Amino acid sequence: MSEDLTRWDAATTASAVAAGKVSAVEVTLAHLDRIASVDDRVHAFLHVDTGGALAAAGAVDKARADGERLGPLAGVPLALKDIVATEGVPTTCGSRILEGWRPPYDATITTRLKDGGVVILGKTNMDEFAMGSSTEHSAFGPTHNPWDLDRIPGGSGGGSAAALAAFEAPLAIGTDTGGSIRQPAAVTGTVGVKPTYGGVSRYGIVALASSLDQVGPCARTVLDAALLHTVIGGHDPRDSTSIASPLPDLVGAARRADVRGMRIAVVRELGGEGYQAGVRQRFDEAVEAFATLGAEIVEVSCPHFPYALAAYYLILPSECSSNLARFDGMRYGLRVAGDDDPSVEQVMGRTRAAGFGAEATRRIILGTYALSAGYYDAYYGQAQKVRTLIQRDFAAAFEQADVLISPTAPTTAFKLGEKLDDPLAMYLNDVATIPCNLAGNPGMSLPVGLAPEDGLPVGLQIMAPAMADDRLYNVGAALEAVLLDRWGGPLLEEVPSL
Amino acid sequence: MTSAADKVLPYDEVSAAYDPVLGLEVHVELGTATKMFCGCSTVFGAEPNTQTCPVCLGLPGSLPVVNAMAIESAIRIGLALNCQIATWCRFARKNYFYPDMPKNFQTSQYDEPICFDGYLDVDVDTAEGRRTVRVEIERAHMEEDTGKTLHHGGATGRIHGADYSLVDYNRAGIPLIEIVTKPVPGAGKFAPEVARAYVTALRETLRSLEVSDLKMEQGSMRCDVNLSLRAAPEAPLGTRTETKNDNSLRSIERAVRYEMTRQGAVLSEGGSVLQETRHWHEDTGITTSGRVKSDADDYRYFPEPDLLPIAPSPEWVEQLRATLPESPAVVRARTQVAWGISDFDMLAVTSAGALELVTATVAAGADQAAARKWWLGELARVANERSVELADLAITPADVAEVESLVVSGTLNDTLARQVIEGVLAGEGTPSEVVAARGLAVVRDDAPLLAAIDEALASQPDVAEKIRGGKVAAAGAIVGAVMKATRGQADAARVRELILQRIPPPPDP
Amino acid sequence: MAEPAPISISRDEVAHLAHLARIDLDDDALEHYAEQLGVILGAVAEVAQVAAADVPATSHPLPMLNVFRDDVVSPCLSAEQALSGAPAVEDHRFRVPRILDVE
Repeated sequence: MSEDLTRWDAATTASAVAAGKVSAVEVTLAHLDRIASVDDRVHAFLHVDTGGALAAAGAVDKARADGERLGPLAGVPLALKDIVATEGVPTTCGSRILEGWRPPYDATITTRLKDGGVVILGKTNMDEFAMGSSTEHSAFGPTHNPWDLDRIPGGSGGGSAAALAAFEAPLAIGTDTGGSIRQPAAVTGTVGVKPTYGGVSRYGIVALASSLDQVGPCARTVLDAALLHTVIGGHDPRDSTSIASPLPDLVGAARRADVRGMRIAVVRELGGEGYQAGVRQRFDEAVEAFATLGAEIVEVSCPHFPYALAAYYLILPSECSSNLARFDGMRYGLRVAGDDDPSVEQVMGRTRAAGFGAEATRRIILGTYALSAGYYDAYYGQAQKVRTLIQRDFAAAFEQADVLISPTAPTTAFKLGEKLDDPLAMYLNDVATIPCNLAGNPGMSLPVGLAPEDGLPVGLQIMAPAMADDRLYNVGAALEAVLLDRWGGPLLEEVPSL
Repeated sequence: MTSAADKVLPYDEVSAAYDPVLGLEVHVELGTATKMFCGCSTVFGAEPNTQTCPVCLGLPGSLPVVNAMAIESAIRIGLALNCQIATWCRFARKNYFYPDMPKNFQTSQYDEPICFDGYLDVDVDTAEGRRTVRVEIERAHMEEDTGKTLHHGGATGRIHGADYSLVDYNRAGIPLIEIVTKPVPGAGKFAPEVARAYVTALRETLRSLEVSDLKMEQGSMRCDVNLSLRAAPEAPLGTRTETKNDNSLRSIERAVRYEMTRQGAVLSEGGSVLQETRHWHEDTGITTSGRVKSDADDYRYFPEPDLLPIAPSPEWVEQLRATLPESPAVVRARTQVAWGISDFDMLAVTSAGALELVTATVAAGADQAAARKWWLGELARVANERSVELADLAITPADVAEVESLVVSGTLNDTLARQVIEGVLAGEGTPSEVVAARGLAVVRDDAPLLAAIDEALASQPDVAEKIRGGKVAAAGAIVGAVMKATRGQADAARVRELILQRIPPPPDP
Repeated sequence: MAEPAPISISRDEVAHLAHLARIDLDDDALEHYAEQLGVILGAVAEVAQVAAADVPATSHPLPMLNVFRDDVVSPCLSAEQALSGAPAVEDHRFRVPRILDVE
């Protein structure tokens, strides 16, 4: 095939493989070649599993030759965030403390991807244990935004988003605790979905903040995201917080792409001051596009959203200080001892000091503080109450609208190093994405154009009620279609050649 | 850390001068097939680290799922201890670092236990007679067990001075119920007996529920004793110590007694008791200071976010209540009346942990006195010799009843019966099989007995003379010789009869 | 999180927290984190003012209850798999440095 297979979307690739127009091995080789030629500059991958990927692709081709029925994404390559456990394949979470660890088990979604014939190319870079908004907090060096290699690809899932934008993979997996799927999607011009909490199994996903974490699909089109979401989603008895009822019809919703008669609400508190002019401009144009598509545009107020960030930065560090306690050099991963016959306590202290980077350390200490006797009620306890208020805000807003929208992130991609040692400035990137994590409802980011002032992608966020993830796909696909017409093709065609 | 210098006061002095307040925390490993939060087997004694999975090893990414049977057992325990059952409760994380805990937090319950506010009435038999003490239960909550650590190197093989340790996580994640009493005042000089009687009664109650195998020596039931002294019952509570490693009923009693004498010595010299964990040493009969836990004041509990709240419905609780057996106290009282035995005799049965065994033996057809005699006599002796529980002996109540019926029918005498029991315990089969295999039945035919008598008389000619001279008691020597020659299979009374027929003593004057 | 006043956290407090969290930090790091924690805590302290006492806490985003598993044994890892990532192993057990404290 003379065509560049890396430019195809997942749906196209899957039907071509199913129809025998192209083999899964050919598709996989094309992506492995692409990774080999560009990833030294992008650094989306921490580990490329060439052998595993080709074996999986070969198995799909054989299954097809044997006349077996293929899954809807069989033969499609995927980039897996390095926070997802893969049996026998390194899983580091971007941290020195897990360097070299090869899990003895697969995450539920890893199993579902494998069973579905999805070809896992390798593991993608991320902020250490998913803490960060730039992927600069990876112990293994930052990922670069394919739109401008001097800029961040967002975070924590910058590796997955950059792999999509650099055409290293048509599909990727992210995790989203406060925006780690949606914000990287926004700044790389890709699509990312944080499903309803409990919609996709967390079993085998290394936990950051258990009550906020959610795994989700990353893709270059809304339909591809729906296909991937369908493969990984649904009930898992290994995850107590997994929703028992079946997923809504996400693919059908993405194909429907019809917002006529729907009420779409702009959230007053997410926009305006603090948002870059070009971000606001592209957002406003998207709102107009929804109106022309026949949706009714309303405005809602969510008065407690401004407190979401503060609540989040208490809940997350608290849970993470406990979740990350297990990394102590006793059972797996790094152990830093020393030749002075140290005690177990000393070895734990040294291992964790050497193994965790600055942001992880900062949040562990902060969480330890917030959970301490005497502070618990004032901090963690209060933050949980704010969570209730945010849920009430959402409930009230969804009385007035079918979905809510906002810019995904206040700015386009910033420069590498710009906010590295200014945690508060970094945290502000998540101001619009965090409410969904606190309340548990789903959110999607999709590209709405380039900011005129810097030529960088802008993302729009769609938020739906819990378990109504299908609305995201319906509304997102409708907007995507009208923008593709306007642009004359995918926005990612504008990515500079690497 | 050295304890050699701990002074003690004589017990009578302490109990005269101070009022002890007890508190007991008992951990019970539930006898579920699988662990609290994963499907790993809980069978005791497997090769190290062969009963683990990502969940109980705390591997990154793994998640817990609650074992329904553990919840049911917890609720049944709560009901049997007259507790309230929470209508809504949660697990919490107790955060501290220790190498036997794979996640460096223990999934436990904190301020929302599943069972609370109960009590257990405990019969305490003292030198001054029986009294019943109501021990109030503060809470019974669920948690997971830790791994097991072996300490290597160093002089003592104990934890201090060890060069390194080895950890086996097979036990990690096994469901535990921790049953915590409220402070128990008013025990006075009988505090050691009350502590022991409470644990005995608790064990009896739990045994009747069949929720745990309750083996203190294997650690499936573990007891910590809190103790403080105060000058008078009206005085505020004193500073308490928590004594661990009390792994038998006897050591609980001894540890309380020792702690009273140790704390009494400290207080009588005007000192103050240090709030600390202490360790009981069975061999030396003393407690030594453990660490004053540095992190203990800050476990940073918070609700376990990977688990959902538990809200037992009233229907579920009532369904479980219907499965409760009669309370052991009621069973005991009813049984005592049926057997018509004294308090003293009943206490002997219960304190030996033999009530169920004796009852089952009676149900299998034995007379109650005989059943008690076997379990509290020969079998108790063997169990003691082997340091095991009566219930762990390889003999069933049905076996014992069969032995007794063979005695009643005259097939066996006491000596032979003991040999049959020995055979059953050695795995040689049922009592009848052992009798057949060992050829142990009492000899009924007089001919071989007469032959043995003649032989014995021939070898001891003076005996016949003595009998003829009127010293009938001398026949005993011949009986003994005949019993020996027949390997105990003769009926001693019949042998005596035959001897006296052979050599008639002079008629009574 | 606009214009927050930093909350004062002492170096010693950070040292205590770092000990609880088992992270060995040197003096410079303690100073640095003390300053940053003060700023972050100042910024998040506003949560204390938002919610009234009668607002219930939400610890979990979904109102689900009573999720249980049947008491049925499932396969375990082999000892080899369980120990595969261990920094040190002896006699099929995890070998760990000497333990000073008794739990």
